[in-house]
Amino acid sequence: MYIIIVGGGKIGYYLANALLGEGHEVLILEKDSKKCEFIGEQLGSVVVRGDGCEAKTLAEVGTERADMFIAVTNEDEDNLVACQVAKHLFKVPRTIARLGNPKNEGLFKMLGIDVTISSTNLILEHISEEVPTHTLVHLCTLKAEGFGLVEIKIPGNSAAVGKRVKDIALPPDTIVCLVVGKWGVGVPTDSTVIEPDSQMVAVTRPESEDALRVALVSGQA
Amino acid sequence: MNVIIMGCGRVGAHLARLLEEEGHQVTILDTDHYSFRRLPAEFKGTALICDGTDEDSLRKAGIEQADAFVAVTQGDNRNVMAAQIAKYMFNVPKVVCRIYDPIRQELYRSLGLEAMSPTTLGVKVLREAIGDKG
Repeated sequence: MYIIIVGGGKIGYYLANALLGEGHEVLILEKDSKKCEFIGEQLGSVVVRGDGCEAKTLAEVGTERADMFIAVTNEDEDNLVACQVAKHLFKVPRTIARLGNPKNEGLFKMLGIDVTISSTNLILEHISEEVPTHTLVHLCTLKAEGFGLVEIKIPGNSAAVGKRVKDIALPPDTIVCLVVGKWGVGVPTDSTVIEPDSQMVAVTRPESEDALRVALVSGQA
Repeated sequence: MNVIIMGCGRVGAHLARLLEEEGHQVTILDTDHYSFRRLPAEFKGTALICDGTDEDSLRKAGIEQADAFVAVTQGDNRNVMAAQIAKYMFNVPKVVCRIYDPIRQELYRSLGLEAMSPTTLGVKVLREAIGDKG
């Protein structure tokens, strides 16, 4: 595949390195001459100095034959415009934009960017996985319809302890798909009882997370 | 009219003054407080330190009540992004933005954004000023 990367900072550089290793044809566009020099020394002639939002530059690097266009600069607005220019002027089939501000996700999707990756959210998710006091942790976002996979730790004092999973009133669009206890791991059945300090993996929507937390984690009334 | 101007440079400040003289309600945004020195001393509108590419900041600036939004910062991409937020997320009835790069201006115009390029306009005016003699 021919993949164009806009932005030759750390993310652009390591991404290019990985993609080259997989045998793809990669080109980095970077405005800063020092960064270009560094990438050139390290990775060979895969970098062109230029603005990834300029149609002229994009034409020069053959964007019309690119299979994928990935914008990973530090500025959300630059990533947005670079992807829109690639998509609308050069008909690149797949555009991916890095987001600094997670709030921009909806906007970028609405404006036709195929994939958005929020570095802030990714870091937050990874850190929160390591924070033991968190009772509900994001594992990943599923592509379809905004569902996500979450892990819930059931505290010993939860009102749900001792009840059967099927008797818990879960919020809409929520399914408990795995139960992890001292006995092992399994898919919950009609007879599965919630044990203290066990864990559950559920599919849910972001707007249902609070209700899910209340259903499984809240203490006895 | 209730107008929000993003970017208090020469153009933004001048436009704010003009609109206010015509009796419109003006809110002008900039990320740098120092830019507001360009506003006339008698400016009665609102000057806000605000990042116009941030949805929540725009909401605080009152974009939901705005009749028009004008993006005239120095950055083409910032203007494009803010204008698209105003138009597609907040449905502001009139959205205008400045794009220096004529190619990007053409592109966003074809995508439905009201974009004007000072480069194209300036070149046209200059060419006319030169005339055909000589």
